[in-house]
Amino acid sequence: MITLTHFLVLGAILFALSVFGIFMNRKNLIVMLMAIELMLLAVNMNFIAFSQFLGDSAGQIFVFFILTVAAAESAIGLAILVVLFRNLRSIAVEDLGTMKG
Amino acid sequence: MIPTSLNAWVATPEIFLLCSACIVLLFDLFVSESRKQVTYLLTLLVLALTAVLTIQSLQQGLMLAANGASPARYAFSNMYVADPVADFAKIGMVLGVALVLIYGRGYAQERGIFKGELFTLTLFSLLGMMVMASATNFLTLYVGLELLSLAIYALVAMPRNNVRSTEAAMKYFVLGALASGMLLYGLSMLYGATGSLDIYEVASRIIRGEANPMLVTFGTVFVVTGIGFKLGAVPFHMWVPDVYEGAPTLLAQLIGSAPKLAAFVFVLRLLGHGLAALGPDWGAMLIIMAVLSLVIGNLAAIAQKNIKRMLAYSTISHMGFVLLGFLVYNAVGYAASFFYVMTYVITAAASFGLLMLMSRSGFECENIDDFKGLNKRNPWYALMMLMVMFSMAGIPAFVGFFAKLSVLRALVGSGFTWLAIVAVVFSLIGAFYYLRVVKVMYFDEPEADAPVAVGNLDAQLILSANCLLLLALGVFPNQLLTALSYAVKLSMASAAGMMLQ
Repeated sequence: MITLTHFLVLGAILFALSVFGIFMNRKNLIVMLMAIELMLLAVNMNFIAFSQFLGDSAGQIFVFFILTVAAAESAIGLAILVVLFRNLRSIAVEDLGTMKG
Repeated sequence: MIPTSLNAWVATPEIFLLCSACIVLLFDLFVSESRKQVTYLLTLLVLALTAVLTIQSLQQGLMLAANGASPARYAFSNMYVADPVADFAKIGMVLGVALVLIYGRGYAQERGIFKGELFTLTLFSLLGMMVMASATNFLTLYVGLELLSLAIYALVAMPRNNVRSTEAAMKYFVLGALASGMLLYGLSMLYGATGSLDIYEVASRIIRGEANPMLVTFGTVFVVTGIGFKLGAVPFHMWVPDVYEGAPTLLAQLIGSAPKLAAFVFVLRLLGHGLAALGPDWGAMLIIMAVLSLVIGNLAAIAQKNIKRMLAYSTISHMGFVLLGFLVYNAVGYAASFFYVMTYVITAAASFGLLMLMSRSGFECENIDDFKGLNKRNPWYALMMLMVMFSMAGIPAFVGFFAKLSVLRALVGSGFTWLAIVAVVFSLIGAFYYLRVVKVMYFDEPEADAPVAVGNLDAQLILSANCLLLLALGVFPNQLLTALSYAVKLSMASAAGMMLQ
């Protein structure tokens, strides 16, 4: 029997993976964008699980909004990435260091 | 709770702004590159009309309150509220955004970003802020927040060939997305614990003990983390200095002024109303964030040579002050924070406005050394910068002093004397770097004899009025303070009414 806890643990694992993906990754900005996407999916997993087990549909509506915003967000993220690549000729996280202080 | 009907007229300012932003977007396609002034004027007209509609909404609310009714009017099945706090905040935001465009006109023209996108994206970010200020449901809060953030990410990256701007945009984007993720994760926990997305419903279920306390606390931690990122409070502040330094000054002003008001109302509704029952839990986190922001913000600002970076650290310390007001858990503290944010928006607008007017094409006024001997080159600009710096440092007769005083008074009044002492000590340390700018302007020899760039005449006049307003509000702070306290009290009362239903 799959219970709410199973879903929540899955959501928490996905969320933790994405946070690690953002902080540990030093090589590639695209991986970072993927980690951001994964984070939103972890949240979606939570909302759907709660919505199912509470018998309340508002959570599922919220998921539609998150999916839409996530699409817009990755579009902007990739656009900034393209502009950044034109200027820096690199998409490595460690190259983002012209400002320090 | 009986869902109220659509009531869309309550949201007239937002609906008007949305329609006009779309019209500006379409209209701009028919305007040639050399005549973007037309779009600029149209945008200012839209902002003026939005302000008028918001003021009407505010008057309506105050009239209802005077007749003994609740001033809060709900729309879209309680997802949206127009109450005096939201309306006051919206007037501040419209003003803040209008100042960005007025001060930034010459600056943007010289840097090739005086384009249609600048105006439409700015209008959409304002729409996002206004939705945030009026949201009473997690869904509207989130949608408003993202509309604001997405528009600003794109704006920061507008100077496409500038490495620093694109880098700042990337950093802002990644950390902003992380913050939204944290906030959403927290909201999903709160939803799971209470079974509702409505802030008042969540509050009343927590008070009635129907919520799973562990899930609620867990959710609160993530929500506060998300808020910390968005406000730029330590330890979630790493993006602030880089974004301020890298973004065009125009956008640094947009990020540093009006959205702080939206964030204030956001925190007020989410923590002050929705999670009021968990005050001690989030209060402890806010104490840590506020004290660290005051310490790191003020100490790191001393080491800066770039004035935009210095202003970024100063913003961090100001946000620490704003968070302090929330610790009191009552209308007095929230009103003090509200006053602080409102006046900070005006002060920040003046500081970035000065930087932009003194820049010209090929020269970016961003180092403290650029202010050397400013008094000999242009006494009026030096005097205006002095007023801004004195106000930020909290020197009496300027509005910053009363903003700090009202927060400190609220803190002492509810027994947080030690926090008030910490805040005063670090404000004193902070006064050092503000006064250093004044010293550089008045006592150092100028490096160049060339006259200072002064910018457009209209921007000069408005900037002068803006700086004099800092002095005027410093001499007569009571009207604004009373009005904002009254608004916060009304909003607290109507929120309490919603929770009892």
